[in-house]
Amino acid sequence: MRVMHYLQALRGIVARELLRFVHQRERFVSALVRPLVWLFIFAAGFRSTLGVAIIPPYETYILYEVYITPGLLGMILLFNGMQSSLSMVYDREMGSMKTLLVCPLPRWYLLIDKLLAGVLVAVLQAYTFLLIAWFYDVQAPLEGYLTVLPALILSGLMLGALGLLLSSFIKQLENFAGVMNFVIFPMFFLSTALYPLWKIQESSELLYTLASYNPFSQAVELIRFALYGQLNLYACVYTSAALIVFLIVAIIGYNPSRGMMQRKGGAAA
Amino acid sequence: MTPNPSPALSVTGLSYAYGKKKALDRVSFAVQPGECTILLGPNGAGKTTLFSLITRLYASREGRIQIAGHDVRKEPSRALAQLGVVFQQPTLDLDLTVMQNLHYHASLHGLSRRRADARIQEELERQGMYERRKEKVRQLNGGHRRRVEIARALLHNPRLLLLDEPTVGLDVPSRKAIVDYVHRLCSDSGIAVLWATHLIDEIYEDDRLIVLHRGAVQAEGSVPDILKAAGAENVGDAFHMLTREAA
Repeated sequence: MRVMHYLQALRGIVARELLRFVHQRERFVSALVRPLVWLFIFAAGFRSTLGVAIIPPYETYILYEVYITPGLLGMILLFNGMQSSLSMVYDREMGSMKTLLVCPLPRWYLLIDKLLAGVLVAVLQAYTFLLIAWFYDVQAPLEGYLTVLPALILSGLMLGALGLLLSSFIKQLENFAGVMNFVIFPMFFLSTALYPLWKIQESSELLYTLASYNPFSQAVELIRFALYGQLNLYACVYTSAALIVFLIVAIIGYNPSRGMMQRKGGAAA
Repeated sequence: MTPNPSPALSVTGLSYAYGKKKALDRVSFAVQPGECTILLGPNGAGKTTLFSLITRLYASREGRIQIAGHDVRKEPSRALAQLGVVFQQPTLDLDLTVMQNLHYHASLHGLSRRRADARIQEELERQGMYERRKEKVRQLNGGHRRRVEIARALLHNPRLLLLDEPTVGLDVPSRKAIVDYVHRLCSDSGIAVLWATHLIDEIYEDDRLIVLHRGAVQAEGSVPDILKAAGAENVGDAFHMLTREAA
């Protein structure tokens, strides 16, 4: 009976997220346009300036478009993670987060459900992007499209958990723009999404160190290897560890006795 | 409904502070099944804080809250399962239909699809909203949205219904319809209602009143009790005196 209740709730939360996704087609299109602009324009422009040596998992010289595709998949997941946390800040301000939190299930479970629902939407977007990239001649081995799925899910969960964590500490919607600037851009540019680590190391040792510790780099590498049917164990462990840490802090952030509701209440009192 | 000896809601010695600012000070009261209790207080009296504690959005360190005999802190799931809430802010998803919104809520409370369908039909019909079930919430007016929120709060058959100033911003006929409906609900179904408001005209003769001001209960009892205690002729005067004297 109790198990059924948990499953019903998961089904309900996922269904709601999918319905919202269907109703917000502009959101879907804009989420796709962003990485496509990078692929079609940025990557084409930089193709000649950035030479990429043969590095695993690639076995030959590759075009820059091929190199940045996993990074752009990461970008989709990153923006989605932040977007769903943005929607949580919005939900909280609008009150619909309250209806979720007052239902008779443990809060950690509700947050994880919300996270899973967000990742599902992000993965759908990632596959749509891969399909378009396929027609643009950025093609991975066929089995790669299957093996990349767990990597997308794990990375999506990690970035979603980061978004959840941020949403638990952001009091108001207005503060979110700052987070975009201070989290999304540094995370994306200080990673292996656009250039390999050795290239960064050539220019700055400090940036190299930061980029290699950036969990987003590890998520991108996990996706990159998985897309070619390989497991990057270090990236996998690193991403999983980051997921666990972010999730625990987020759950603490949403705890009624010390979390964000409390502080927000302070402002509303 | 099976008889339950415990009150639908029991609040004992509840205090709460935002930093050094005390929002609630040793608040105690009980709401019995079938009883409509009006929590009357001016803005900033602590009504919303009290509701946030009952719904476990905040946690209190001092005092105790029990819903149908279940301690909110010790058995949150059991306590919350007996609770239906209509928050002050609208909480429906505007882009989803009435049905989709209600199904979402039903799934959070573990209702099967079939049971949810039956309950949704029952609750919407009671408020004359069943025909509009396929419309998007965005197309409904404020009064109808509130009706859907009340239906939603009742889907899982709670013993206690909390309403936090549910009529704010509605026109007079919509307000009256909602006030009438909730009062009927108390007498017909035996559900306990705690209704926070600062609008005197939402009070009925046989309601119980709790006057909250500056985080403390200033008076509690039936309408005649309150009038007698305040030495006033009508509830408006009594409310004015009770909240002014303490100020």
